[in-house]
Amino acid sequence: MPVVDLAWQSVRELNAALHRLAAETNETLWEIANPNGKHAIVAGVDAPIGIEIKGHVGYYCAGMNKQASVRIHGNAGTGVAENMMSGTVHVMGDVSQSAGATGHGGLLIVDGNAAARCGISMKGIDIVVKGSIGAMSAFMAQAGNLVVFGDAGDALGDSIYEATIFVRGNVKSLGADCIERPMTEQDRTRLADLLGRAGFRDGVDPGAFRMYGSARRLYHFHIDNVSSY
Amino acid sequence: MCGIVGLFLKNEAMQPELGRHLSNMLATMSARGPDSAGIAVYGAGADDGIKLTLRAPEAAIDHDLREGLRAALEAPVELTRRASHLVVTVPRAGQARALAWLRTHHPRLHVVSVGSHMEIYKEVGLPERVADKFAVPAMRGTHGIGHTRMATESAVTTDGAHPFSTGEDQCLVHNGSLSNHNALRRNLQREGFAFETQNDSEVAAGYLTWRMREGDSLKQALTSSLDALDGFFTFVVGTRDGFAVLRDPIACKPAVMAESRDYVAFGSEYRALSVLPDIDKARVFEPEPATVYAWERR
Repeated sequence: MPVVDLAWQSVRELNAALHRLAAETNETLWEIANPNGKHAIVAGVDAPIGIEIKGHVGYYCAGMNKQASVRIHGNAGTGVAENMMSGTVHVMGDVSQSAGATGHGGLLIVDGNAAARCGISMKGIDIVVKGSIGAMSAFMAQAGNLVVFGDAGDALGDSIYEATIFVRGNVKSLGADCIERPMTEQDRTRLADLLGRAGFRDGVDPGAFRMYGSARRLYHFHIDNVSSY
Repeated sequence: MCGIVGLFLKNEAMQPELGRHLSNMLATMSARGPDSAGIAVYGAGADDGIKLTLRAPEAAIDHDLREGLRAALEAPVELTRRASHLVVTVPRAGQARALAWLRTHHPRLHVVSVGSHMEIYKEVGLPERVADKFAVPAMRGTHGIGHTRMATESAVTTDGAHPFSTGEDQCLVHNGSLSNHNALRRNLQREGFAFETQNDSEVAAGYLTWRMREGDSLKQALTSSLDALDGFFTFVVGTRDGFAVLRDPIACKPAVMAESRDYVAFGSEYRALSVLPDIDKARVFEPEPATVYAWERR
């Protein structure tokens, strides 16, 4: 198993080595020691490998991730898993703002809390936060699911498109054009499936969540507004 | 950008190492602010004495300063030179006379800070070099705040470097920008405040000093600044016994904190905290927006 110690090796060397990996590589498990809050650790990986990061990471960790399963044994700074395409990123601590921003696919799991703007402009990624999320989360979220076990801050889902938000705790306030929607059996199945993929097969009742989405008043042309154009 | 670091010690045994830890933290934030750096250290001092930290690059004036102040105050005057800065300790009773004498006889000297325990050093240049120049690593103290500046709104000068001090033993560092500082500056000028720069952060410092002069605690002053100030900010503020942090309501600027049995630490990024001893045992968290975090020494 390759072990990269960032106390003396550079992030650039690490990322270059990961980018060189062939699709059929036998080096399928990597360990990163002493991340010490450095930025862009394991950004841009495109290989079906596992990566264990032993400590806190800085900005944009696992950004643009494809295929890889990344586990961070600590907290993550701004923009963890931003623009992720596929694979899994699991943060065992808290994450700073803009977690999973613009993500197209894959699964981001946060064991702790997420700060502001979690899932901003998400485009298909699934995000599961076991703690609470900060203000302005899922702003302009286009597709994918954001699941929150705790509470959500102000202006949740402002200007949201077709992403879905599930919150089990309290929502401080909803943003423009974001409304609570009744959960159908289909929604419950979708949530249960996502919880299962995130490792919560038992003990979490999909029925305990409330669902939020777009009222579709903001981004659809409405004849009453014709004089505004 | 800009980088902020702060360290407030709970464990007295760490006091001899305050300067070393602060310097290490400051160096990690060089990429966030390579233009200039500044540091405020709360160290030794007596309540009946006042330390005037002066920017006085010419060491040739030291003798004249010492003798002149001694004659003007008819009291002992202590001088400590650290590179371009000079710390002049005078009896508290002689503070006003000392400042008046300096204004008359050395009008070009800049008074960086006034305080019983606080000293402020700031200079243009890479943070690590600035800290070494003033021998910050060897300084001891109870708490300290550092700043690395990437100038955006005004020139790269020592005047524009943080921390800003507008009251005795009070200092503020700021990451962000304020949009209503001109109006607020005019209001504070009517309250009798004199500002030395056109800098928005100096106005924020002045506002807090004004609130505390009117009887607010540090926590109350910061709470009222949420209504008075418009713009982006992460503030770290020091007083003789206090240390506080505040972020604007949308948390525009980064902040991460650590608290352990031994210390409370602040960094713009976790990298700044990673150099602290036993950081893996501290509780690391992101301060909430529009929430005042304050600690007081007992």
